[in-house]
Amino acid sequence: MSVFDGLKFRKVYSPIHNLDPRMKFVYVCAMFVAAIIFGELIPLIALFLMPIPFVVLAGVQKEWLRSLRGAAFLAGFIFIINVATSFFYSGNVLTAVDVENAAAMTLRFVVLVESFSVFFLTTSPDHLGLALEQSRVPYEFAFAFTTAVRFVPVLAEEAQTIMDAQKARGLELEKGGILKRIRNYVPILIPLIVSAIRRSLELAEAMESRAWGATKKRTNLYALRLRRGDFALLAITVGLLVVAVYVRLYVPIPAVTQFL
Amino acid sequence: MIEVENLHFRYPSGVEALKGVSLIIKKGEFVAIMGQNGAGKTTLVKHFNGLLKPSEGTVRVDGVETTKTSVAALSRNAGFVFQNPDHQLFSETVEEEISFALKNFGFDEETIEKRITWALNLLALAQYRKTSPFLLSGGERKRVALASVLAWNPETLILDEPTIGQDYQQKEKLRQFIVQMQTQGKTVVIVTHDVEFVAECNPRVLLMKDGGVVADGEGREILTTPEVLAQSSIVLPQIAQVFLKLESLGLPKDVIDVYEAKEIVLKNLEKRRK
Repeated sequence: MSVFDGLKFRKVYSPIHNLDPRMKFVYVCAMFVAAIIFGELIPLIALFLMPIPFVVLAGVQKEWLRSLRGAAFLAGFIFIINVATSFFYSGNVLTAVDVENAAAMTLRFVVLVESFSVFFLTTSPDHLGLALEQSRVPYEFAFAFTTAVRFVPVLAEEAQTIMDAQKARGLELEKGGILKRIRNYVPILIPLIVSAIRRSLELAEAMESRAWGATKKRTNLYALRLRRGDFALLAITVGLLVVAVYVRLYVPIPAVTQFL
Repeated sequence: MIEVENLHFRYPSGVEALKGVSLIIKKGEFVAIMGQNGAGKTTLVKHFNGLLKPSEGTVRVDGVETTKTSVAALSRNAGFVFQNPDHQLFSETVEEEISFALKNFGFDEETIEKRITWALNLLALAQYRKTSPFLLSGGERKRVALASVLAWNPETLILDEPTIGQDYQQKEKLRQFIVQMQTQGKTVVIVTHDVEFVAECNPRVLLMKDGGVVADGEGREILTTPEVLAQSSIVLPQIAQVFLKLESLGLPKDVIDVYEAKEIVLKNLEKRRK
């Protein structure tokens, strides 16, 4: 469940935690776009390194590394699939370029995961909801979103309990071939999904019985305001996008294999 | 036999849930572990089938250290029924649900069939054999969860909060069932907040607080000592409260059982009439 740990928010104060969630979100989106427009390894390595100063500034290295470790399995999967497809497509020959491309695809995925991880690690669910509301997202949607985020750790904990309960009934998760191993997760996933649905129905009833949605116009105790740090982040974001688009259009990107 | 020696346990988050617990549970004993939420009760019993391994100290089950074997192997002898049945039910029918563990432990078809029937009858679930467990009521689901563990007939039975969501009649059945397990020489460990249930069963009581055992003894003794119970914010069982107040009439104060209480009161009334 280490992937979930990488998204778990812990309340601390740091320059990054205090940034406006809207700006952070725009930054994450810019990272997303930049990662998508490049398919080459070198710019993706640059993008991979970009969030590291933020992580250090926010002091969430441990959690961040954990989320990367959680993504490692899927990353490995992406790498193997990419290598395999180019191997079979080119008539059973594997070149260094193929490997580089596969590595680039994998790194693209890792960049997406790490950017989102930084965002969720440093933004409280409350802030997130506030940001959505102030961006004129209808309150119902904003609430549904923040509730979903807030329940991630609860769900992770529940998954652990379910695993324990099934292990106590003799389930051995690491036993058997790959198909058997996937099937081993059925007794974990079904109770998890069923209890999540049951919980959401209960939550809805509990909220409605406390007059949820009785007032159409809501007011907030806190209002988000852009400060100096937020504008700095905005500048970084715009800079990132401009550089990315410029490099994409006008700079020929060498492959790592050319230097070998 | 379960032997726990100077057991410490720290969760990965750094919380120290157990701070040096030592105890021995003999074969055939009936033990109720009580205490406040967060006292470490569930953490302790999760060591009995190896779900958690000690950070420090040792836990030995039938002489085997839990760190040296797998959860599956330990579970074969120590059946653990979790508090919330919804954390384990996943099959399409009650029958399949019960067969899950039996298949995992490698029982043959014929035995599985027999064990399912036996477990269903034992817990009055026979009419639900082909029903989906998700369509059953909360109390029934709890019994299905119990049946799915009982089916492999483990030597030790660990029940986490078995009385939650059960009506009085079901609780009484549970009690009779535990008595029956005892006559077969099985060890039963329950984790519970239900003082009245414990009072009716009169097991050995382990009182926990802040990751340690603060009292260990006969139920009758611990449940009638307000000073001891107060440490764990447990209120005396009702019968004990009555007898504590009637102490000045010359009645014994260590009474927790309804039938015993009735006998004492009747005898006393008779004496007074004469």
